[in-house]
Amino acid sequence: MSTTAAGLIFIVSLIAALALLHKPFGDYMYRVYSGARHNRLERGVYRLLGVRADTEQSWPVYARSLLAFSVISILVVYGIQRLQDKLPLSLGMKPVTDHIAWNTAISFVTNTNWQAYSGESTMGHLTQMAALAVQNFVSAAVGMAVAIALVRGFARRKSGTIGNFWVDLVRGTIRILLPIAFVGALVLVSGGLIQNFSGVHEVTTLTGGAQSITGGPVASQEVIKELGTNGGGFYNVNSAHPFENATSWTNWFEIFLILVIPFSLPRTFGKMVGQVRQGYAIVAVMGVIALTSVLLTNLFELGGHATVPQAVGAAMEGKEVRFGVANSATFASATTLTSTGAVDSFHDSYTPFGGMMTLFNMMLGEVAPGGVGAGLYGMLILAVITVFVAGLMVGRTPEYLGKKIGAREIKLASLYFLVTPALVLIGTASAMGSAEQRAGMLNSGPHGLSEVLYAFTSASNNNGSAFGGLTVNTPWYDVALGLCMVFGRFLPIILVLALAGSLAAQAPVPEGAGTLPTHRPQFVGMVVGVTIILVALTFLPALALGPIAEGLS
Amino acid sequence: MERMPSWIRQHLAAVRAVAVLTVLLGLVYPLVTTGVAQALFNGEANGSIVQVGGKDVGSAVIGQSFTDADGKPVRRYFQSRPSAAGDGYDPTSTSASNLGPEDVIDVLPVPGAKDAEGNPDEGRQSLLTQVCARSKAVGELEGVSGARPYCTSDGVGAVLKVFPDRAVSVNQACPAAPFVAAYQGLKVECAKPGEDYAAGRTIPVRGNAGTPAVPADAVTASGSGLDPHISVAYARLQAPRVAKERGLPLDRVKALIDEHTTGRTLGFMGEPAVNVLELNLALDRR
Repeated sequence: MSTTAAGLIFIVSLIAALALLHKPFGDYMYRVYSGARHNRLERGVYRLLGVRADTEQSWPVYARSLLAFSVISILVVYGIQRLQDKLPLSLGMKPVTDHIAWNTAISFVTNTNWQAYSGESTMGHLTQMAALAVQNFVSAAVGMAVAIALVRGFARRKSGTIGNFWVDLVRGTIRILLPIAFVGALVLVSGGLIQNFSGVHEVTTLTGGAQSITGGPVASQEVIKELGTNGGGFYNVNSAHPFENATSWTNWFEIFLILVIPFSLPRTFGKMVGQVRQGYAIVAVMGVIALTSVLLTNLFELGGHATVPQAVGAAMEGKEVRFGVANSATFASATTLTSTGAVDSFHDSYTPFGGMMTLFNMMLGEVAPGGVGAGLYGMLILAVITVFVAGLMVGRTPEYLGKKIGAREIKLASLYFLVTPALVLIGTASAMGSAEQRAGMLNSGPHGLSEVLYAFTSASNNNGSAFGGLTVNTPWYDVALGLCMVFGRFLPIILVLALAGSLAAQAPVPEGAGTLPTHRPQFVGMVVGVTIILVALTFLPALALGPIAEGLS
Repeated sequence: MERMPSWIRQHLAAVRAVAVLTVLLGLVYPLVTTGVAQALFNGEANGSIVQVGGKDVGSAVIGQSFTDADGKPVRRYFQSRPSAAGDGYDPTSTSASNLGPEDVIDVLPVPGAKDAEGNPDEGRQSLLTQVCARSKAVGELEGVSGARPYCTSDGVGAVLKVFPDRAVSVNQACPAAPFVAAYQGLKVECAKPGEDYAAGRTIPVRGNAGTPAVPADAVTASGSGLDPHISVAYARLQAPRVAKERGLPLDRVKALIDEHTTGRTLGFMGEPAVNVLELNLALDRR
């Protein structure tokens, strides 16, 4: 079979698996978030937390609980890194430097998992599992909680509350993420991932050289890194490392884990608003954008149009033989279309247009299908903007799912959309404006600009993947990118929760002759159009100076 | 607790939530997973360690170098891909090269110059020159042509910087003879180390090399720097050398390659790959 044919079947098989699970898994998540019963483990947890699980919260209380939880999380993750030499399983690692520890704490709490450090030489086992992997779970559960709160805003009528943050957090963690992670980790170990608490194991190679085989609880962290669209690798080289991704089928499985929650949540949304067809429309928008992006990235990488890939005969620099060019491109697409940022091949060495696709995916705001939860709420914001734009065109009051999109709603939605571009462009401009920061670029010319643009796009969108060439473990980049991650995560969340509160308080308006149907292909096409146009208008100048200039030269 | 202001109550709940979830997800979950994984998949969970005569020699899923103390290929072994992990295949400092697809211009070492630490100036090889140099070296080792598109015959990137009145082959330090004598009527000069050619237009020259004899994976560094595999094409290229060194019939070595080739999983996942350590072990066992 040819590489292209095998690569296409690989994509089709992923789509088939996701389609198969969309309904049952989406329905399951609907029951998790809508059910009134708490199981025994959860009741115990609520008692320990001292929260009353049956009370509901207004949006400001929901937002404050979420922020309080995130602030404490940042402090704990920072503290464990700084004290790791005094804790067990440190493997003799020194305390993490203050600016890297701050950057990493924020990075994992915001679901970004940008890595300014090299895992195997910086983090002890306890730091990995009790600080970093814990955030892999809960930052994902936080994202899902926010999405569910927004959906409740659409679903409820004249309600002052949007749910209970603690309940959403605990249920998402215990009923959705934890069981899948446990089973998934064992599946990955069977494929060759490691799961132990050993330190470095010295061996003598066949030719008499020394090699240090590393140990660690890798599979348990790898699975939630993908499932929670986190992306922070146990090792520096992330999912390219054979201990994180040992075979071509673990590669398939990891891509599947990345996509399964984001592509199933629209079903949960449809069930919650009582019209499953609305969920299908949203998943269709995600699917159209995602498939286009995956196919284009494959096309560019297999085409190999750039000097070095032409000299090599394939875009194999930075890619593993067992995955090959096509499956690596599919992984790169999946990881940047979501907020994952795990990599099984190195985007810096991609062809100019292949690398641009990964950048463009993130610039889309990671909505197709986006990070767990974050993708759904990002897409619903775009749907709200689309309804508003369409309303303007025909001169009617815009409404979505029976809720009026008035001045307050559209202001919140617009602000949401403006946050990340502002962070990306201001951040990139201030880095490029300083000779000291420019010196961090590994490559010169347009490719160097792409490295910086990629870093700020990745941090502000909470992706976490990197054009690895940029030297980012300097105090300036650690602080600047850390700020981008914090604002890029929590400003949109606050705006979404405010929107949820304002929608929940409304009484639904009955559908009239002027209501735009939001479940038809026409609406799907409009949302796709609005998404692409908004992003193109915002980022085209920056892309033109980076990857496009490189690709056309 | 009920009488406290709500913002304090939230922070107390938050502290407790982080503590409870850290115990559950950060300790219980990895410990239980490790226990079950160790019981069910002991070999894999501990790194798929490979032994020879009771001694650990590596991991079946981690690549290693088959070079001697000077870094030269050991001729009786199949060779792995180039690696950017430390000095090569170092699991404690995994890395890719992270060099871009248009990284084609070297910084030539200036003879006699010293860097900040007093070591001789080594310059910097572009990715293109690394590819060309590897191709030349592999070609020499296997007795085939190392020629590639965009490479000079002396194994550097064939790249010109074009100025209005002259052209410079920027990766060929003087006194090397430039790979072409003239470009569009302009005389091509060799490059003087230390001189700034940034103002010229960059023109990589494809040349007339056909399909290279040395496969793609042999001239590129992997993503992890620990790639345990090589392509079937690269294994076949090395077969005659290994067969000769070991006094084995070529067919026997080729059969061993086939035995240690993993096809695509289910026929469509990934690419066919040859595990170098396992193949070399199989040869040693004979």
